[in-house]
Amino acid sequence: MSIDKDKIKHISKLARISIDSKKSDSLAKDLTSIFKFIEQLNELNTDKVEPLSSILNTPLRSREDQINDGKIRDKILENSPKKNEEFFVVPKVIE
Amino acid sequence: MSEIVKKNLSEIIDLIKKKEIKSEELANLYIDKVNKSKKLNSYITTCFEHAIQKSKEFDKKPNLNSLLPGVPLAVKDLFCTNGFKTTAGSKMLENFIPQYESTVTENLWKEGAILLGKLNCDEYAMGSSNETSYFGNVVNPIAKDTVPGGSSGGSASALAADLTPATIGTDTGGSIRQPASFTGTVGLKPTYGLCSRWGIVAFASSLDQAGPMTKSVKDCSIMLEAMAGFDKKDSTSIEKKKENYSKNLKTDIKGLKIGIPKEYRVDNMPKEIDELWNKGKSILKDLGADIIDISLPHTKYALPTYYIVAPAEASSNLARYDGVKYGYRSSKGNDLIEMYENTRSEGFGDEVKRRILIGTYVLSSGYYDAYYLKAQKVRQLIKKDFDENFGKVDAILTPSTPSSAFKIGEKTNDPISMYLNDIFTVPVNLAGLPAISVPAGLDKKGYPLGLQLIGKTLDEQNILNVAYAFEKNCNFKNEIKNWWL
Repeated sequence: MSIDKDKIKHISKLARISIDSKKSDSLAKDLTSIFKFIEQLNELNTDKVEPLSSILNTPLRSREDQINDGKIRDKILENSPKKNEEFFVVPKVIE
Repeated sequence: MSEIVKKNLSEIIDLIKKKEIKSEELANLYIDKVNKSKKLNSYITTCFEHAIQKSKEFDKKPNLNSLLPGVPLAVKDLFCTNGFKTTAGSKMLENFIPQYESTVTENLWKEGAILLGKLNCDEYAMGSSNETSYFGNVVNPIAKDTVPGGSSGGSASALAADLTPATIGTDTGGSIRQPASFTGTVGLKPTYGLCSRWGIVAFASSLDQAGPMTKSVKDCSIMLEAMAGFDKKDSTSIEKKKENYSKNLKTDIKGLKIGIPKEYRVDNMPKEIDELWNKGKSILKDLGADIIDISLPHTKYALPTYYIVAPAEASSNLARYDGVKYGYRSSKGNDLIEMYENTRSEGFGDEVKRRILIGTYVLSSGYYDAYYLKAQKVRQLIKKDFDENFGKVDAILTPSTPSSAFKIGEKTNDPISMYLNDIFTVPVNLAGLPAISVPAGLDKKGYPLGLQLIGKTLDEQNILNVAYAFEKNCNFKNEIKNWWL
């Protein structure tokens, strides 16, 4: 898989990262070599192999649906880059 | 400079228990050396006032029955510490002050340890040389032009330079074991699920594990005992009783079967590493272990698998950094989407962006099966290799790294050559197994090299025992000359 500038544009849009067009050539080159490296996996026939998504043999635990914290609004707002009283502030979304 | 800071953690604990030193004196000794060691750049944040205050409190009412009584400790800056900046080595979190404590650090404080500072690391733990940190690269105390390894490079450097008596790191693909090997220290990655991931800045959640980095195997057992334990706040935490690793440490390894996987003898491996591996085999053989040749046929596919699975999980985990609730926010952009895009472009460094893009791509519509699903299937084969062999052997011995510490800047322009550093450590993360890197010798340049022992699931005690027996018979001596003072 060769990665070109257009593909970089597409992926960076999906990832919500703006990429400087000056950097996109070297990035395309790096990603092409990385994909060449990971495509070694195509040497293996894995048709009959079950995918492994968790290393643990047991299913994930569930818990009672109970409120166990709360009253931490101010703590949550503590690190926000921009806030107004008890709200996070973002650029205008609706005209 | 005081000789006390050179001591192992277990010796320091003895001094405190025998009341030969007070916690406050000890804290001051480390603070003094940290202040004189800025050239190494191993600390991002120091918490000296806090450390002095806590050590005074300890000295007034010392609880000598805890595992880490009044011991000052610095930790990797990936663990959230309540009220103290936690940056993950990133501009994105430069001013982030957690309002809660990670479970693993909380466990250390409960055992009497005291936070001394936060240690440098690769940005979001993505790197093998600590050169991707927004706060600058870290220097390896073995020589001023070498990297300490990564991503727990600040932890390894601070430990080897006696700027903390022990420390903790995280290991997603080798980030504890590789820097331990590069600095002549001991590093253990526990079984996936043994130490809680709660409050650790996430990189790749199915691989991330916290673990100890120490000057000796005994120290490692003490730290692991303090850190480990079930935590209901981590959905993948294993429910089991606490173990007394330090009390149960023993050197008798007679009759143990040690596997030697032929696939770890890779092309272009330096002769010195091969010789070291042979030395390791003969030491264990002389101690009565049986050395058995084994095969882990899918080893060469571990790294390509890792570079699909880890970026995929990272791209998902790092989606939370959008400049809204916490972290950096760009001042540029006309609307919300542009604000997101500029925040993430300005807040993340190149390696992090590269991995987010790889991960986004392998998970994107039309490519999921070809990359991500394929990688999960190969991950199954890699795990199976280990499962089959652990019927025949009790532990596996390999080199920790394919080279000793390399020069600063040597590999920064070639991502693949940087990734190859983790060739011997990555398979263990994919299989969720415990593994320890223990110093084994010095190369021609005088740089340390480590050997890795891989164990069965939750068999930490066994690999600690083998490492302990090995350490006692290996006569490794680190030659750090304090050149930066």
